Amino acid sequence: MDIFAKLKILSDAAKYDAACTSSGVDKKAARGGIGSASACGICHTFAGDGRCVSLLKVLFTNVCIYDCKYCVNRRSAETEKAAFTPRELADLAIQFYRRNYIEGLFLSSGVIQSPDYTCEQMIETLRILREDYKFNGYIHAKAIPGADSLLIARLGMLADRMSVNIEMPSQHSLQLLAPDKSKHSILTPMSYIKGRIEENCHDLVKYRHAPKFAPAGQSTQMIIGASPETDRQILSLTEGLYRSYNLKRVFFSAYMPVMEDKLLPSLDTKPPLWREHRLYQADWLLRFYGFAAKELLDAENENFHPYVDPKCNWALHHMDFFPMDVNRAPFEDLLRIPGIGVRSAQRIIAARRSGILSFAGLKKLGVVMKRAQYFISCKGRKMPGLDMSRQVVLRAMMSAREAKLYGTDLGFAGGRQLSLFEPISTLETSAKELIKCLPLPM
Amino acid sequence: MSATADVIYNYDGTFEGLLCCVFESYDKKEIPIAIVGPDCVQNMLLASKDILTDPLKAKRVQSSIPKKISYEVYEFVCQAFLTCFPKKELYILLFLRQAYKWGAQIMNRLTDEIVYPLYKAVQHLQKESHLLKGFIRFSVANQVLISEIGPKNFVLPLLKQHFMERYPEEKFLIYDKIHQMGLLYQPYQARIVPIDALEMPEFDETEIQFRQLWKLFYDTIEIKGRHNEKCRMTQMPKRYWDYMTEFQTAPMVRRKIVEGPEKLPIKNK
Repeated sequence: MDIFAKLKILSDAAKYDAACTSSGVDKKAARGGIGSASACGICHTFAGDGRCVSLLKVLFTNVCIYDCKYCVNRRSAETEKAAFTPRELADLAIQFYRRNYIEGLFLSSGVIQSPDYTCEQMIETLRILREDYKFNGYIHAKAIPGADSLLIARLGMLADRMSVNIEMPSQHSLQLLAPDKSKHSILTPMSYIKGRIEENCHDLVKYRHAPKFAPAGQSTQMIIGASPETDRQILSLTEGLYRSYNLKRVFFSAYMPVMEDKLLPSLDTKPPLWREHRLYQADWLLRFYGFAAKELLDAENENFHPYVDPKCNWALHHMDFFPMDVNRAPFEDLLRIPGIGVRSAQRIIAARRSGILSFAGLKKLGVVMKRAQYFISCKGRKMPGLDMSRQVVLRAMMSAREAKLYGTDLGFAGGRQLSLFEPISTLETSAKELIKCLPLPM
Repeated sequence: MSATADVIYNYDGTFEGLLCCVFESYDKKEIPIAIVGPDCVQNMLLASKDILTDPLKAKRVQSSIPKKISYEVYEFVCQAFLTCFPKKELYILLFLRQAYKWGAQIMNRLTDEIVYPLYKAVQHLQKESHLLKGFIRFSVANQVLISEIGPKNFVLPLLKQHFMERYPEEKFLIYDKIHQMGLLYQPYQARIVPIDALEMPEFDETEIQFRQLWKLFYDTIEIKGRHNEKCRMTQMPKRYWDYMTEFQTAPMVRRKIVEGPEKLPIKNK
């Protein structure tokens, strides 16, 4: 099999992995070597689906001894199988890297022969890159559940980021859909990696040149929409993962039906992209905006609002918190205003040191006034001539696309005026297009 | 107090020249209504003044900026000069006049009618240079990495450091078609030089193979069920596509290289 065929099969098999970031570490090539990394991450191109392509994302092999129901590479799947050799893959990565096609390598793999053997093959690939080519670019390696901890340790010394996919948002779904994997087999390497990273931080304090273990941290991924968990369950899990495993990122992957199985949504199901989008919005709120999962969703609102993003939704439910005076409010409070992001909040803090801010000024600072105007005041006054009726405010919180869907769905609902303050369950029919969380036919 | 004078400054298009305009403005206690470079068509209706570039005056202004204002402002002004903002010269002069008055605080005055447009222009420059760090595509010919770009802003000085750190042992050339300048690197030094035209050399089979492999990877990595043209175009505007391997329909074009006048070293930051 030639390299073209292998690349096609093994990148096709890897494309469902959501992570393709190259962020979290700053380094440059040593003399005689090649490759650098930038903490902000660099996207090298964007695929036709609009996702950033930063790394050469491939599987080492798509041969797999496991039989996870949702996976394209499962044992019983009749797809063509292939495997790189370590040298072949390292050469390809370096040649792509020289031409500035990529920022580094994202290496994952199906389990061939045994988890240990698979891990050894991956280590050899990374060793060639790091030692033979003196490659100092970004490497993201997937830890293989079940592999010996010594091998995981070696992999972590060679990679910048490690990840273990949690796959399903609950133990029950995991048992059902990935019978060969267990919560234990996933969480063990995850906590091992966490331990090693922490240990390494202590070493680095003591010895400046101590070798680094996964300096860009650890991430994970779960599939959304293949199992019946609600957004609230998923978000709490996410928060828990950030807290207890110090993860850098949790990725969500809208389920793309690739296999026919009675336990899975049918093949003609569209991926729940809107739901994935809302989860990412909420994920950002957890990581950068100081929100807690329980503030965004509760027992009455198990799922995200289809038309309004989580931050606007929170603000609309906490109108007593507003209006906020942009000239006085502390940074954490500014972040809670819809239409103000981290960057614009920082600019507001900087700009108000040298003068009082006006509404016109806020626009220049990058504040989205269409949303923010309902929640702020300048010099003790609200924006003049502001219509605060619920329908108007609600409309302003929606993007053009959301508003369009909202309009269409209103037609369905026979002209019934939707109120944001109704519990989500009454929206179920109209939200069908947006929320495709399919219950399992048990 | 300086007043706006009905005068246009003509300068030689260099950063030093612009600093001399700043000097002149303070010396004559006047603010010009425009500052134009050498390629600009003369406006006959208004009096214009040729500002000669005097390295001593330029040096005085240059060293005063970090000393009297801040290094941050100096860097900001240097970057503002690289932008494609049409009236950048006049705005830089007005900005500096304000900065001498306000000091380092000026960088906080983001809503100011002089600071804001300049700040936007610098952001545009930084955004474009950041994108190009990823979107640049090299082709290997005779062990030299060659690439062509068509940026709106003059980004080469901002790309220099990044690519030097990335490929310390390679020789490479990044040719900016719009500004007709090239970034040349060989271990371990880089220069930015004017280049009139550049034709890509003939590529060998290995190069063509990697181009095809990359195209194959690019086409495969998309999840077809999630195709989203609008998202792709927002993230990666179409004006970059012409220069990227994955969008070139005939990746095996055969062209010959013509070297430009490499000997004229230009000033770079």
